[in-house]
Amino acid sequence: MLQIEDLWVDIHGKEVLRGIDLEIGTGETHCLFGRNGSGKTTLLMTIMGFEGYQVKHGKITFKGVDITNMPLNERAKLGLGLSFQRPPTLRGVKLRDMLKLCGNGSDYGVQLAVEYGFEAFLDREVNLGFSGGEIKKSELLQLLSQNPDLTLLDEPESGVDVENLNVIGDMIRRLLEKDKHRNRKKSGLIITHTGFILNYVTADKGHVMLDGKLVCHGNPIDIFEGIQKHGYEECAKCLF
Amino acid sequence: MSLLENTQTTLSDQELLKKFKPADQVEAPKDLSELEREEIERLKKTGVDIEAKNRLGTYLQTNCGVVSCNCNVKGVELLPIKEAMKRYDGLKDYMWTLIDPNKDVFTKETKEHLDNGYFIRAKAGEKIIYPLQTCLYIRNDDVAQRVHNIVIAEEGSELHIITGCTTHPHLTSGLHIGISEFFVKKGAKLMFTMIHNWADEVYVRPRSAIAVEEGGTFLSNYVSLKGVKSVQTFPTCFLKGRGAIARFNSVIVAPDGSHLDTGSRIVLEAPETRGEIISRTISYGGTVVARGHLIGKAPEIKAHLECQGLMLADKGVIHAIPELEAHVPDVDMSHEAAVGKIAKEEIEYLMARGLSEEDATSTIVRGFLNVKIEGLPKELDQEIQKAVEECHKGM
Repeated sequence: MLQIEDLWVDIHGKEVLRGIDLEIGTGETHCLFGRNGSGKTTLLMTIMGFEGYQVKHGKITFKGVDITNMPLNERAKLGLGLSFQRPPTLRGVKLRDMLKLCGNGSDYGVQLAVEYGFEAFLDREVNLGFSGGEIKKSELLQLLSQNPDLTLLDEPESGVDVENLNVIGDMIRRLLEKDKHRNRKKSGLIITHTGFILNYVTADKGHVMLDGKLVCHGNPIDIFEGIQKHGYEECAKCLF
Repeated sequence: MSLLENTQTTLSDQELLKKFKPADQVEAPKDLSELEREEIERLKKTGVDIEAKNRLGTYLQTNCGVVSCNCNVKGVELLPIKEAMKRYDGLKDYMWTLIDPNKDVFTKETKEHLDNGYFIRAKAGEKIIYPLQTCLYIRNDDVAQRVHNIVIAEEGSELHIITGCTTHPHLTSGLHIGISEFFVKKGAKLMFTMIHNWADEVYVRPRSAIAVEEGGTFLSNYVSLKGVKSVQTFPTCFLKGRGAIARFNSVIVAPDGSHLDTGSRIVLEAPETRGEIISRTISYGGTVVARGHLIGKAPEIKAHLECQGLMLADKGVIHAIPELEAHVPDVDMSHEAAVGKIAKEEIEYLMARGLSEEDATSTIVRGFLNVKIEGLPKELDQEIQKAVEECHKGM
């Protein structure tokens, strides 16, 4: 689904990613761990194609297409989707209309909003006065509407209270077709700080990012437990 | 051409008056049948549908002539102002009581050479569902139209007026002077929606004032999306009775070559009054001055002012001037003003959902101008949306 080869990325002339190699197969979900500022969000934003993330070297291939220099909206059309950690407010644009825009005119997102008890927000302006958990729900509904093949999730559990983690988890499982055990087509790359999301969504592989490099790969639960026990310092040792 | 433009933009008020022929010296049609199809369509796009059934009544003034003045409901009185002055002893309890006739050359001119205007009175307790429409229409080139309007919402009444001000589809130049005085009596509610749809060389000088008594509500919507040479408007609303409310919404687009000096002022003179001024302005190369002035003179008042401006071209000016003025300690007044281009992150947010940059931009612009106007007819609402689209495409 996604191949990244030796990816080096600058932001405003500052080197942030320093040689990332990553491969995500069809139907796989990967987790990305790492300290604040290690470059996790930069990797997601670069895959999606936001301005300001300058690829100095390397290549990103998605579904066999080299997307390294492809415009943002074309990547979205090709099947990439991203949930924003802090999305902007869209004044005067109702969530109902936004969901239709994401779904290319389809009502599916609106139906899901009703299903998840989020209908009271349909006629509100996108993200205006939304709480942390409401923003996550709105983001995931937009993605469900958009129906991407590879979903990039940036800390989907942050700011969500325990009660709502269940709902968020359910939406992510749906997005990643976790109910299918065979012929699963949807893939995901999830940044997590707390690892809480692992209680709700099973992941196939985990990676640790440290200082712009992926330094450790393996079973996500093992990695997460390792970090909890020994901290990220232990991961740094893999560098040598 | 550029020299000519320069002289035109620097015309003094006095020169401006001289430049145009008084409307009473130009022939006006006798009735609606003289209007061409394209004129009727043009009026429709300005919110005035002379064929519509869901209007309570219509006042249509072309140049100085009253082409239509009819109202189907007993609870509402609609008259040409000259007739109302004859019938009601010069309307001296109302006429020029809120606006000083010596305020400027335009008020003086209208006082001395009145073409006509409308008089509307909703009788006490009458609640009118359908809007009444009025239209001030300039049909010939280089005409100066001088209008005085009086609107009275008597105690406990409710009235919605849509006013469309426009010019003949093939006309480019003119001057419109409109004096308007509104009286909202105790517990009454008046909603006034004004659509401006002028031409590229038209000068517009409305002078408006509103008095709202105890428990009364005045809601104003002002929409101007098309080209115009120069607009200068600054209605002032006096909240005179306890608990009175005023709200001004403006949606203004300034195409290249236009200059719109607009704004509203609310004077909160009585306790527990509420005021709100919201403006959304877009410059596609033109100049917008977005004024807002809240004056708190009584305790326990609450007022808010919001000016948002979007710059969508490399040239053009948006000048937001929000003013808060408190005369007593116990007031709650606030303002919020922001001017700039569309935030890149908003465009990218929509692009990440698959929209092209162009679609993302127009979605944001549409949202920006989406100030909810209560009770606006569907066709007009669609027309506004369409005009916004077109404005954007023209870039």
